[in-house]
Amino acid sequence: MMHRFANPTRFMRVANAILPWCAALTVVFLCIGLYLGLFRSPADYQQGETVRIMYIHVPSAYMAMFVYGAMAVASAMALIWKHPLADMIARASAPIGAGFTLITLVTGSLWGQPMWGTWWVWDARLTSVLILFFLYIGYIALVNAFDDPARGAKPAAILALVGAVNLPIIKFSVDWWNTLHQPASIVTMEGPKIAASMLWPLLCMVIAFNLFYLTVGILRLRGEIAGARIRNLQLGLTHG
Amino acid sequence: MIRIMRHLVARDLRLALRQGSDAAMVIAFFVITVTLFPLGVGPEPNVLARIAAGVVWVTALLATMLSLDRLFQADYDDGSTDLLVLAPIPLELAVLAKVVAHWMLTGLPLIVTAPVLAALMNMPGPGYPVLIGSMLLATPTLSLIGSVGAALALGARRGGILISLLVLPLYIPVLIFAVGGVDAAISGLTPRPHLLLLGAILAAALPLAPWAAAAALRHSLR
Repeated sequence: MMHRFANPTRFMRVANAILPWCAALTVVFLCIGLYLGLFRSPADYQQGETVRIMYIHVPSAYMAMFVYGAMAVASAMALIWKHPLADMIARASAPIGAGFTLITLVTGSLWGQPMWGTWWVWDARLTSVLILFFLYIGYIALVNAFDDPARGAKPAAILALVGAVNLPIIKFSVDWWNTLHQPASIVTMEGPKIAASMLWPLLCMVIAFNLFYLTVGILRLRGEIAGARIRNLQLGLTHG
Repeated sequence: MIRIMRHLVARDLRLALRQGSDAAMVIAFFVITVTLFPLGVGPEPNVLARIAAGVVWVTALLATMLSLDRLFQADYDDGSTDLLVLAPIPLELAVLAKVVAHWMLTGLPLIVTAPVLAALMNMPGPGYPVLIGSMLLATPTLSLIGSVGAALALGARRGGILISLLVLPLYIPVLIFAVGGVDAAISGLTPRPHLLLLGAILAAALPLAPWAAAAALRHSLR
């Protein structure tokens, strides 16, 4: 399976076939999630209407970590099996993940101002997510730092793996340290701890964000593959 | 194997000492940058005492980072890296030897200078043993993590700035626990958990960092 799709042409045939479905489903789930979240779910008895920021904040925070995890797995595949597409997948994912991380930080701080009375606190959860953002930036900088784009692939893959140590720190920071950020309430051993009327819109948004990542990821991957082909053609012209 | 590693360390030390001033530059940067803080923040002793540990540690971090680009760059430029790869010991151990040399040239001088600068910053008495202890535990980690960044950035455009972008995020946990330990000691709490965590980070970085740096180094030669 893995090697079957190592061929970019074959991979892109499948990817192009599912792309419109992904895009359409993204819109559908986004609409459902936003409608349920903004109009049908109750306001929180303590937080009031600001609780609705959660429907953006939590899915994007989850995606920020998910995308980095996907990059780390793709990088490991690229290093171990020299899978030609894995490098491109990691490279295509990085700006998307950085975007999700930025959304997480911005929405969190917009929520923090009315709720905590401050835009930013230096507690473990917030700081580790900020580090995650820096890791994304460092990764993007390293990928683009070499004259030959293929030269940057392996260093970037190593960096992605080194940076992956931050993921468990983010996930468990709210349990290990006494933080202002609230502990986990959705993925816990005892199951979700929030009311169903809030859980459903949240789940819809998580699915929508995942589909969005898939859609934009395929688009960016298409760009990466086209870029590599153009470089190869140009090299062929200069040498031939 | 140990003998070859010892030779490598001795070679790096000799090269650095003959060219002179490498360690001296790091210390000069350390001293001057710390001196900027009383001038910038204002010389009130209470304010300085409050930020002393943080300032000393942040500056030590920057000083280490600035010295990273010559960890592999000179060898890369004159071709010694090829010989290092061909040497009869695993490249991981050769990297470890270079990291040891780098630590002796930057980490050790920083440890010696730090208490003096902390005194300039009016740090309270109980902080000193912990400051030195935390530096002993954490400066090797800085050199180890730095070696990964330096190896990754080899051959890149604007390598120096790139290294700081790669390495500083990874330095943040070290900084947090080191300063946390000193602050705990100053406020009368035990610095033990912080120091233990620093030791844990060192224990994790010791095998992993040379491994990652060696992988990056091998790739840079292709």
